[in-house]
Amino acid sequence: MSESLNAIEQFVASDYKYGFITNIESDTVPPGLSENTIRFISAKKHEPAWLTEWRLKAFRHWLTLAEPKWPNVTYTQPDYQAISYYSAPKQKKTLNSLDEVDPELRKTFDKLGISLNEQKRLSGVAVDAVVDSVSVATTFKGELAKQGIIFSSFSEAVHTHPELVQKYLGSVVPHTDNFYAALNSAVFTDGSFCYIPKGVRCPMELSTYFRIEAANTGQFERTLIVADEGAYVSYLEGCTAPMRDENQLHAAVVELVAMESAQIKYSTVQNWYPGDKEGKGGIFNFVTKRGLCKGANSKISWTQVETGSAITWKYPSCILQGDNSQGEFYSVALTNNCQQADTGTKMIHIGKNTRSTIVSKGISAGRGQNSYRGQVKIMKGATNARNFSQCDSLLLGDKCGAHTFPYIDVQNPTAQVEHEASTSKIGEDQIFYLNQRGLETQDAVNMIVNGFCKEVFRELPMEFAVEAQKLLGVSLDGSVG
Amino acid sequence: MKQPLIEIKNLSAGINGKQILKGINLTVRPGEVHAIMGPNGSGKSTLGYVLAGRKGYDVTGGSVTYDGKDLIELAPEDRAREGLFLAFQYPVEIPGVNNTYFLRAAYNEQRKHRKQEEVDAVDFLAIVKEKMKLLDLPDSMMKRAVNEGFSGGEKKRNEIFQMAVLDPKLAILDETDSGLDIDALRIVAEGVNKLKRPDNAAIVITHYQRLLNYIVPDFVHVLFDGRLIKSGGKELALELEEKGYDWLIGKNGK
Repeated sequence: MSESLNAIEQFVASDYKYGFITNIESDTVPPGLSENTIRFISAKKHEPAWLTEWRLKAFRHWLTLAEPKWPNVTYTQPDYQAISYYSAPKQKKTLNSLDEVDPELRKTFDKLGISLNEQKRLSGVAVDAVVDSVSVATTFKGELAKQGIIFSSFSEAVHTHPELVQKYLGSVVPHTDNFYAALNSAVFTDGSFCYIPKGVRCPMELSTYFRIEAANTGQFERTLIVADEGAYVSYLEGCTAPMRDENQLHAAVVELVAMESAQIKYSTVQNWYPGDKEGKGGIFNFVTKRGLCKGANSKISWTQVETGSAITWKYPSCILQGDNSQGEFYSVALTNNCQQADTGTKMIHIGKNTRSTIVSKGISAGRGQNSYRGQVKIMKGATNARNFSQCDSLLLGDKCGAHTFPYIDVQNPTAQVEHEASTSKIGEDQIFYLNQRGLETQDAVNMIVNGFCKEVFRELPMEFAVEAQKLLGVSLDGSVG
Repeated sequence: MKQPLIEIKNLSAGINGKQILKGINLTVRPGEVHAIMGPNGSGKSTLGYVLAGRKGYDVTGGSVTYDGKDLIELAPEDRAREGLFLAFQYPVEIPGVNNTYFLRAAYNEQRKHRKQEEVDAVDFLAIVKEKMKLLDLPDSMMKRAVNEGFSGGEKKRNEIFQMAVLDPKLAILDETDSGLDIDALRIVAEGVNKLKRPDNAAIVITHYQRLLNYIVPDFVHVLFDGRLIKSGGKELALELEEKGYDWLIGKNGK
């Protein structure tokens, strides 16, 4: 018993493989947050007056809010005055082609395994890379533009398509939504913007790679994706951060809007630096992600694989407003060492015949604490709404924890809501069985964990699924006794 | 006479400090089938686990030489890669892991160990198809997750199927007959017989004689209270069927 437990403990001890630091000159504001900081950011980005005002309104509201205490996580509250709210890699001039991107930055992307080369076209991925707060280069823009698809950095969209940005910004996640969303609305620096026009099926996966580079900078991206009637888009978001002793704050907001019969598939692979084995350092990932199924027959699908961050606080949600609209949430969350995750989803059924599916897989190792928190709300008018939720937890070792907090609120008697939950442990018998077939213990555990996550992985685009599998392997990697 | 494939000398072993095997001596040569019989609690499954290297089963004395190597020194996965296969009495379910994917990983571990090139999914499928045909197994088995939702009989057939693909030098079948109806028993036994060659060997652990109607052993050993108290030819199994174990235990019992 104790021996097999040791083996599990030993290999869940892992090292973060993405912890390198790139030496790029950054343009950073001194730490601190005030109306002046916000005006500075807004001016730096040459923003129109309405946006500056929008930010200030959010900031004033944020001042009235307190950080939420209900998540099942413990941490020292960040000092919001000690954070630098703007860090942009210094650029000499506007970039005309990818060749002009800072070679150091290119190397960073190479280490992360993503390439900005046009060769990416072959794999059908268009990348909008966000380093710290400014989107550096956007590939394939030209090709997408031919179909009327707008895919650019958020700050660029503010200038090129102000009417769309103004119309939809804050329409799904208002600045009053929560503490972190208000903060983001006040200080967000960049992110991605995407608009798919009526009837267009986006021909490639769109992708953003986030990376927190500078020390002591919070990263506050803002992503807005609008799929017009009958449009389809699949969007991939990947995140890494270098190793640092201090905690870095990441408070992003993602808003999705799906019009009638539109479909948005949003996939995330998140491996922010989780902190060291003693829980020092790591990213605080306090993110608000929400999709609005505005039109009838629309569909929004969230798929996430979360292996990083010291603290994760994240509930990608769907508001099912249009009749017959569908929301999906597929999640793998892994916590190892001292990581804590409080993650799940909200499915708000408003329209008739709306359907939602929740599949959540939590993996806890080391001293990791993993909580699923999910809300299913069926409003009065949501006749024949249906929800199916499945929450499975897998434990490795006996110092970790798994928790489930389902909230179900049904106000329409025709609704059907199902909730299934299970908790299991990787058994010594399973490991021995795989050992006996020639697999090392570490490979055996990876195989068992990947099998456990299969229902989620098959929802990921192919290249991402492979990456996610490797990532789980890396996150559980270590010396095997 | 051929060199022994496995030579167990005065092997003592136990679990949690409790002595279960108390001096086992057994030599198996290539081409031979040995049956180990005995009443419940005599240490039959322990012997299988000790030879396969399960954690928690500690060897306290004696030696095991397998294919010229000190078996006890090898990690469980290395024993497997060296061609030692244990067909489990209770095969474990690995939810979500595709049977073919799993088996190819196991197959390639063996290939890597032998410094051979790994086989890709397409070539492996050809190997799998051939073995399925040999054992008359349905294709559907390969599309399912490892043992997940399998009936008792399907699990045992999956063990034999894995054995066919991995082609071990020494197969240890731990109570493969338990929980099988007569048809399943026949299929499993036929599989074992078809895989028998002059260069491999099997140790068949069983509680009942009936399996030995289908798998004819060259030698039969009776295990009782951690020792092999009697050895003989296949006729010993019939004698046990007729008389039970008591006449032997009476002579050797505590």
